[in-house]
Amino acid sequence: MKFAVIQFPGSNCDLDMLHAIEDALGEEAEYVWHAETSLDGFDAVLLPGGFSYGDYLRTGAIAKFANIMPEVVRFAETGKPVLGVCNGFQILAESGLLPGALIRNNNLHFVCKTVSLRVENAETMFTSEYAGGEEIRIPVAHGEGNYYCDDATLAELRANGQIVFTYASENPNGSIANIAGITNKAGNVLGMMPHPERAVEDVVGGTAGLGVFKSMLKAWKEEQVHA
Amino acid sequence: MYNVKVFVTLKKSVLDPQGTAVMGSLKSLNYGEVEDVRIGKYMEIQVAKSDRDIHAVLDEMCDKLLTNPVMEDYRYEIEEA
Repeated sequence: MKFAVIQFPGSNCDLDMLHAIEDALGEEAEYVWHAETSLDGFDAVLLPGGFSYGDYLRTGAIAKFANIMPEVVRFAETGKPVLGVCNGFQILAESGLLPGALIRNNNLHFVCKTVSLRVENAETMFTSEYAGGEEIRIPVAHGEGNYYCDDATLAELRANGQIVFTYASENPNGSIANIAGITNKAGNVLGMMPHPERAVEDVVGGTAGLGVFKSMLKAWKEEQVHA
Repeated sequence: MYNVKVFVTLKKSVLDPQGTAVMGSLKSLNYGEVEDVRIGKYMEIQVAKSDRDIHAVLDEMCDKLLTNPVMEDYRYEIEEA
């Protein structure tokens, strides 16, 4: 399975993402510079964390106009998996691939710690390696991870099982309904504030994040069998 | 040429943590009269005259890039320079 790791000016978790795929998952990964216009040959797209374009104006606001983004949108429309972590989540929300928006943490602090997440939906192509209701420990590091949407959107997210991860004990940013990660309606685009790519080896404190990538690999393999 | 001032604010329904923090500080400085503080963005944009309607150009800019309509409102003032 071949993963694209999109690099924007200011991305800084791209290397962690590549490392997670190549060294922990044991699959292929390649950087794709934001100025590129093709994702041909890739089976999944990863939008890493960081501060794309310095987060000027709003987080993710300028990145959504990068050359590669129309191709990411097309890629997502074909049903293939797109995962955005942290700044990647912000970019997906700004791009309209995911509903809602990420705003300033309600305590105004940049939070950098490991938190407990609850897997709310273990039936997605990103979470099948977990059990429903399972609690996992994953690091967060963000200043604008406060997920916001209006009541109608929240009701829709709940009705469609799009809320995939919630903060299990402490909510580090004040997000609505303790949301830590959501998918699009089709279920093939996941945005999450916590960093699964930073939790793929025991030496850095745990492997709880590896399940996200293993789930993606499993879904891809099943697709190959049926294709 | 137009000199445009664009004001971007969080929607009323969105909690503004920066504004809340500043309000707390004002109150602790004994400005008990303060009832609410909202913090937004202010932009100055110079736009050359063209055959496109300046309002249409500005609305498009605001909807496309300058604001996120999910969480923000905007208004602008236009001065002919």
